[in-house]
Amino acid sequence: MNQFLAFIKKEFFHIYRDKRAILILLVMPIAQILLFGFAISTDVKNIKTAILAPKHTEMMERLAEEIDQNPRFDFVGFLQIENEIDNYLRTNKADVTITFPANFENEVYSGLDNRVCISVNATDPNTASIESNYIAQELYNILSEKTMKGIEPQVSPINVHLMYNPQMKSSFNFVPGIMGLIMILICAMMTSVSIVREKESGTLEVLLVSPMKPFSIMIAKMVPYFGLACINLVSIMILAYYVLDVPLTGSLFWIIAISLLYIILALSLGLLISTLAETQIAAMLISAIVLMMPIILLSGMIFPSESMPPILEYISKIIPTRWYISAMRKLMIQGVSIQYALKEVYILLGMTAFIIAITIKKFKIRLE
Amino acid sequence: MKALPYLIHKEVLQFKRNPFLPRLVIMFPLMLMLFLPWATTLEVKNINVTLIDNDHSSASRRLINQLKASSYFSLTNVAYSYEEAYKKVEASKADIIFSIPANFEKDMVNGKDVTLQINANSVNGTKGSLGSSYLSQIVNEFLTEMRSGNVTPKATGGFTIRYFYNPTLNYRHYMVPALMIIVILMLCGALPALNIVGEKEKGTIEQLNVTPISRTEFILAKLIPYWIMGLVLLTLCFFIAWLVYGLVPAGSYTSLYLGALLFIFVMSGLGLIISNYSSNMLQAMLLMFFIILICNLMSGIFTPISSMPHWAQMMTYIIFPHYFVEIMRGVYLQGNTIPELWTNYVALFLFAVVFNGWAIMSYKKQV
Amino acid sequence: MADVICVNGLTKRFGDFVAVNNITFSVKEGEIFGFLGANGAGKTTAMRMLCGLSFPSEGTGTVAGFDIAKQSEKIKKHIGYMSQKFSLYEDLTVMENIQLYAGIYGVEKETMKRESTALLKKLDFENKKDTLVSSLPLGWKQKLAFSAAIFHHPKIVFLDEPTGGVDPATRRQFWEMIYETAANGITIFVTTHYMDEAEYCNRVSIMVDGKIEALNTPKNLKEQFHVDSMSKVFDQLARRAKRGE
Repeated sequence: MNQFLAFIKKEFFHIYRDKRAILILLVMPIAQILLFGFAISTDVKNIKTAILAPKHTEMMERLAEEIDQNPRFDFVGFLQIENEIDNYLRTNKADVTITFPANFENEVYSGLDNRVCISVNATDPNTASIESNYIAQELYNILSEKTMKGIEPQVSPINVHLMYNPQMKSSFNFVPGIMGLIMILICAMMTSVSIVREKESGTLEVLLVSPMKPFSIMIAKMVPYFGLACINLVSIMILAYYVLDVPLTGSLFWIIAISLLYIILALSLGLLISTLAETQIAAMLISAIVLMMPIILLSGMIFPSESMPPILEYISKIIPTRWYISAMRKLMIQGVSIQYALKEVYILLGMTAFIIAITIKKFKIRLE
Repeated sequence: MKALPYLIHKEVLQFKRNPFLPRLVIMFPLMLMLFLPWATTLEVKNINVTLIDNDHSSASRRLINQLKASSYFSLTNVAYSYEEAYKKVEASKADIIFSIPANFEKDMVNGKDVTLQINANSVNGTKGSLGSSYLSQIVNEFLTEMRSGNVTPKATGGFTIRYFYNPTLNYRHYMVPALMIIVILMLCGALPALNIVGEKEKGTIEQLNVTPISRTEFILAKLIPYWIMGLVLLTLCFFIAWLVYGLVPAGSYTSLYLGALLFIFVMSGLGLIISNYSSNMLQAMLLMFFIILICNLMSGIFTPISSMPHWAQMMTYIIFPHYFVEIMRGVYLQGNTIPELWTNYVALFLFAVVFNGWAIMSYKKQV
Repeated sequence: MADVICVNGLTKRFGDFVAVNNITFSVKEGEIFGFLGANGAGKTTAMRMLCGLSFPSEGTGTVAGFDIAKQSEKIKKHIGYMSQKFSLYEDLTVMENIQLYAGIYGVEKETMKRESTALLKKLDFENKKDTLVSSLPLGWKQKLAFSAAIFHHPKIVFLDEPTGGVDPATRRQFWEMIYETAANGITIFVTTHYMDEAEYCNRVSIMVDGKIEALNTPKNLKEQFHVDSMSKVFDQLARRAKRGE
């Protein structure tokens, strides 16, 4: 046991001596969670709207004014000729343009008029379909009010209740994802590099000929980084709760327990990478760059995994972050009890065990 | 400059002999271009609806049938009480609870007000709001039809909608040009940085410092291979985009290559700065990782810049990949020309000058 | 003979720490100059200043006729350098390494071809020319590194503990190469730990705590300290050292 403690102490000194690295490791997650927590969002707002009307009438003016007053839209101007639509959309001066037919003024808008044309820059299809939806609704409301005077606006027969996130904050959706992403990458990078560095400098040989068991060496490598990751976890949670207003509705015990499990998984992933990589460069590139893209794209952090083609949806199932994010969304935001997140817990446990098993096997082969 | 070809030759040989790097440089763009674009869709579909039908009338059944006909929803569950339905949401078996009140048909026939209840899980805000708004539209259409007997206006209010530049609303066409940026962002920045710090850590840089090669020669020898690599990989990406996704730029390749060249200069300059200020590879990689992650998530590649809060939008002015994103998407999809995008080119050029100037200034042969 | 290295009052400070303290000496052309000192005595720092890797805090010096503070890039054209820590790229072959260094110093292609063939023959390396340096034994690497360092016929070659970690026979072979090089008019500036090697030098300086405490031929030094080997000379001087290892 004394040996083991001495070894952990050595690992701790390695980390502690490199002040610059430790600073980056502690500050980076904080900066990232703040930045991404606020900035990453798919809300569609400030839609730049232009109107092409053959006659610049009072009605058009009032329409433009109403569009501009809606916080979702920014009215950018009237167009004169058809050609300008392409010009405005192409140079991003407008996101959406509305074209009215020549004799539009005289008619009562019945909701059946397909001569009113909405042109959307569909470069980003998601934004485009949401934009066209919003503008169509807005236009429908304004026009039916304006042209069908006398008919009182109906009380909506539908009562919509947005559960868990009534203010529609993007951070509720993205913060668990960002947590999952940052933690796994940092943990995997730290452990893999720390071992491969010893491999490169030859000190790992020295450790391997010492009476310490390979398994203890691995654990000792993990302990200090586990500590560091815990500090990161605490700082991220505090920021998420107090600054980003992400609720911690569910059991705090389980949120932390699952996060710790996830950290262990990420650290063992780092160990596994270190058994595969021979050089520091390889270890770093695998753990930071090669892992980063599949995690961002397949974990469900940004793109919902249920909308993916089946093959990728299956692949996404082997990405631990996907299960962590899912568990965190359930526990932090929805606040459901742990029984609903047990599946995720079991999968994460299984993955951890699997990774550790392979790592030990690989590590032993090295010795022979 | 006579030594330059020898130094470049050395870099190429070392790169080729590395057991890992050549594989990474080929596999990474392939993974990014062949598989991952299929994952990128923000389309909301398969919204699971749990239904509480308290009326069990012919009207309610007709409404339910209209729901079933919609491609957005799958009616997976029927519940008999709100508590039961709520449990399904908690267990992630349902995204939306839709309740039809008792006496729905009777009240409607008698002209009384009816209220239908939608409860949407909005952890994912977009999904929640889109789901409930689609559902509301279907219900509204149904109600108008019932009341007036008329044919109803379409969900879009009957307007003609024209989608420009990406008429099939293909999300992959939107993402593929941006993923090409990630290839350059990651490889042309991280590799030269790690390369130089690697020589520092091994001490081999000392050996080069006692030779008469100049700073410029040394740096050029380190960077030129990566510049060429970046352009070759980009060409490979263009090819895959055409072959696999049928995507060809609406604008000219010249404007793409010009942007790419400037962007590669910016990235390699950044890599150099980082290597000059790091004393070991771990520091360099952590810094690079930090910057790359910010660039990935804040330059508008995955989520639109216009959705960010104002201060974050201001920040994107210094998140330089954002300019290249504008160029790539603008040229590929909107057919923009260099004069139309000139601000982006100028911005990239300025970043390239500042970063490379800074890099050369901060590299010291003698301390 | 002319002085190729001439140093006057050279000092290097790192904060409060004086690594090299006011050293003055000169080295003649074609001389084998031994630069001795315990670990941390300041040898490497002094050598780094001479090679133009480090700015002197005080004092002046010239190497091959150029000022070490202002003309370091010019100096670099006329020196060769080999260190124990690193000298060759392990992931390049023997031939590729020679070509690289020849190319860096602007040796003409024709000359390079001719001389590299001759060199490989002389070292008996002909069948190893496409072998990666990483798979060569240490002694071979050192010989090759030395050959690469003098390939461009520099005026002076700096050797930083060139023979660390090899057996006495290989070391002797290495010193034969040094003698041959010196005979061709190249000045050798060598640091070493091995006192038997110090005996081979024309002149030896011994640094203690950043200062040069003794500088003379091995013979004179032995007489001066009334001992029969350089090792004992060194022991006497090193005992005065206050800096720890």
